[in-house]
Amino acid sequence: MRPMIDDLLAARLQMAISLGFHILFAVAGMAMPCLTVLAEWRYYKTRDRIYRELAHRWAKGTAILFAVGAISGTVLSFELGLLWPRFMAQAGALIGLPFSFEGLAFFLEAIALGIYLYGWDRVSPRIHLLSGLVVALSGAASGVLVIAVNAFMNTPRGFVIDDQGEISAVDLWQAFFTPAFPVQAAHMLSAAYASVGFAVLGIHAARLLKDPGDAFHRAALRLVVPLLIVVLPLQLLSGDRAAKHLAVYQPAKLAAAEALWETTEGAPLLIGGIPVDGGRRVLLGVHVPKALSFLAHGDFTSKVIGLEDFPADVRPPVLIPHLAFQVMVGCGTLMLGVAAWAGWLLWRRRPLESDRWFLRAAVLSAPLGLIAVEAGWMVTEVGRQPWIIQGVLRVRDAVTPMPGLQYSLFASIGVYLLLGSVVAVLLSREVVSKAPATKSSPAAAQEGLPAQ
Amino acid sequence: MNVWVDACWFALGIGVVLYALTGGPDLGAGVWHLLASGPRKAEQRRALQHAIAPIWEANHVWLIFVIVLMFSAFSRAFAAISIALHIPIALAVLGIVMRGAAFAFHAYGIHSAATRRRWSWVFSLSSLITPVLLGTVAGALGTGQIRVEDGVVTSGYLAGWTTPFAWLAGGFTLALFVTLAAVYIAAEAEDPALADDFRRRALIAELVAGAFAGLVLWRSSLEAPQLYAVLMGSGWSWAVQAVTADLALVTLLLLWVRQYRIARFTCAAQAAAVVMAWGVAMDRHFILPDLSVASAVSHLAVLPAFTLVYAAGALVLLPAFWYLLKVFKSSPGKPHD
Repeated sequence: MRPMIDDLLAARLQMAISLGFHILFAVAGMAMPCLTVLAEWRYYKTRDRIYRELAHRWAKGTAILFAVGAISGTVLSFELGLLWPRFMAQAGALIGLPFSFEGLAFFLEAIALGIYLYGWDRVSPRIHLLSGLVVALSGAASGVLVIAVNAFMNTPRGFVIDDQGEISAVDLWQAFFTPAFPVQAAHMLSAAYASVGFAVLGIHAARLLKDPGDAFHRAALRLVVPLLIVVLPLQLLSGDRAAKHLAVYQPAKLAAAEALWETTEGAPLLIGGIPVDGGRRVLLGVHVPKALSFLAHGDFTSKVIGLEDFPADVRPPVLIPHLAFQVMVGCGTLMLGVAAWAGWLLWRRRPLESDRWFLRAAVLSAPLGLIAVEAGWMVTEVGRQPWIIQGVLRVRDAVTPMPGLQYSLFASIGVYLLLGSVVAVLLSREVVSKAPATKSSPAAAQEGLPAQ
Repeated sequence: MNVWVDACWFALGIGVVLYALTGGPDLGAGVWHLLASGPRKAEQRRALQHAIAPIWEANHVWLIFVIVLMFSAFSRAFAAISIALHIPIALAVLGIVMRGAAFAFHAYGIHSAATRRRWSWVFSLSSLITPVLLGTVAGALGTGQIRVEDGVVTSGYLAGWTTPFAWLAGGFTLALFVTLAAVYIAAEAEDPALADDFRRRALIAELVAGAFAGLVLWRSSLEAPQLYAVLMGSGWSWAVQAVTADLALVTLLLLWVRQYRIARFTCAAQAAAVVMAWGVAMDRHFILPDLSVASAVSHLAVLPAFTLVYAAGALVLLPAFWYLLKVFKSSPGKPHD
């Protein structure tokens, strides 16, 4: 029987869907604890109970998101073997060190989160806040360490290929600290805070539009907005570094993202447009003269390598990376605009909680960060094709010989759709819409187990 | 054999034991959730949830630890096992996902009774299936039916795990986890009547586990001859089996006289002994007879680094893990609801 989807494509789609699902919970697991700790810290500083309520509410959101992130991450660790056993046989050791540290960081995070979520009345406020801080830091560390693995796949270092084509002379530290690592880590870390921050901002802004006087949501806004004003410029800067890094280390990816066919001196920046014919032509779109050369190398006349310079069998697809890149940059620019607006309002000492136009913009921007995260991840993954390890191992040589992968693909789609929709319902009902219980006794505000 | 290979193999063994002792009973608790009955049905379920909620994610990390250490240090074994046992592993992963998600949804805020019931069904059923599949995978490795030549699996995708031996190993795993869960909860329960409920369950489960142990041994003589030969053929093996049996008897006795806090330790020691006996019976192999520990090593040069990283990690994490257990398990929990 011929499968509907061939096994390689099924494996790639399953991995893409698993990662695309997990990444949303991963960024939440990185950023939400940070917000929660901020709120709790504000409570100890001001003794304003509204911040305590906020910390409780955000902690509850964190608990759901972390749990789903933990299990979807577990799935991924198994999928590495179930889908890409030949990659793991070759590179397991090389990516083992960051994954080992990630495992340790995740363990610490799980322990600290257990104390944070269930220990409100069991440990002292100091220990409680400290456990929250450990959750926030180890969450961020986990994300950075996973990025180290992805950076290895983009710019592999720390080994040689011997006569039999096998990886040998392994140097774990070189494989850990690859050229792409700091660039990608900075970009992903700021992306996590920016995307989750915008989602949180949008949710609370929506409530404020309905009920402008709500102290709870006003407090939430006051905590999130400064974070965004700090993070968004860093996001822009790290993105610029990432593009310059690609120009040197992964020129094919940059060329695909920019749909640049011919190697050009003084290359134009393409905004919008639909690449056709494998990137040889672009429909529509605006060319900004020499701008790409400047962005890639800091020099308007420098040479940017085009796709034509790569043999057809190692040339990445163009359509997806280019469109995804446009989406990412577009979302980022809009977010930067909203953050700048907020900064301006704060600078002019205008209460942004009651600026209805700002609130409307914030609501519309809520999904932008998460969309940008997905798009950016598509750029880096699809832009590396056909390689699983750039220049070393092809995706098609890494896939499992197991037949019938379409069934596990269908099963994963079903499971993720189910989990995603339940999480969405739970978050909207339990974290966002519930009337604040600020006047309740401390015991009733505990977010332990719900009543049966 | 290289001392670092030993160190990593040993660390892997510790990971499996700790997962069995911590993550195992969390799975077992899901089964008791399903089997909750009698006048204290609701209290039983609440006790189970209270016991798991703060610690299940930390417990679950032992499984991640095993996976990561395996693909780091023994990547060839990780690859071969992932190919040959793709089907049961994929099903176990499905079970792990559904169980974790169901527990989280149940614990963090689903209020409608019908929805809660549905998710608690998912939670219980996946808690039931997952240990069986994990045990089946473990059992399959010892059957000698999975063949690997030059790192390539040549025996297809059904070898090993489709034998009765592998499924009995799965049943044995389930029985052990369920026993552990009942003993742990009996020890934690504040209400003596509730403790008695779990005492009765623990006694039954322990007897069922004993029956499974006998069945597994019998079927191993037919379907896992090499494993059986090691189990029967050496002095240490008899010693370990005798110790395991004694621990089981002591656990039964302690349960009988309601010494739950000590029973918790003997029962854990018993489960650890079972895992270790299996580990040693595998005779330094990941897959009998083709994939030895030595031949599964990814790169000899990297093993010291992994050993040191995990040793250093243990220095930080074990005190933290101990603190977590101290916070939530030392004194009876105040009800949050």
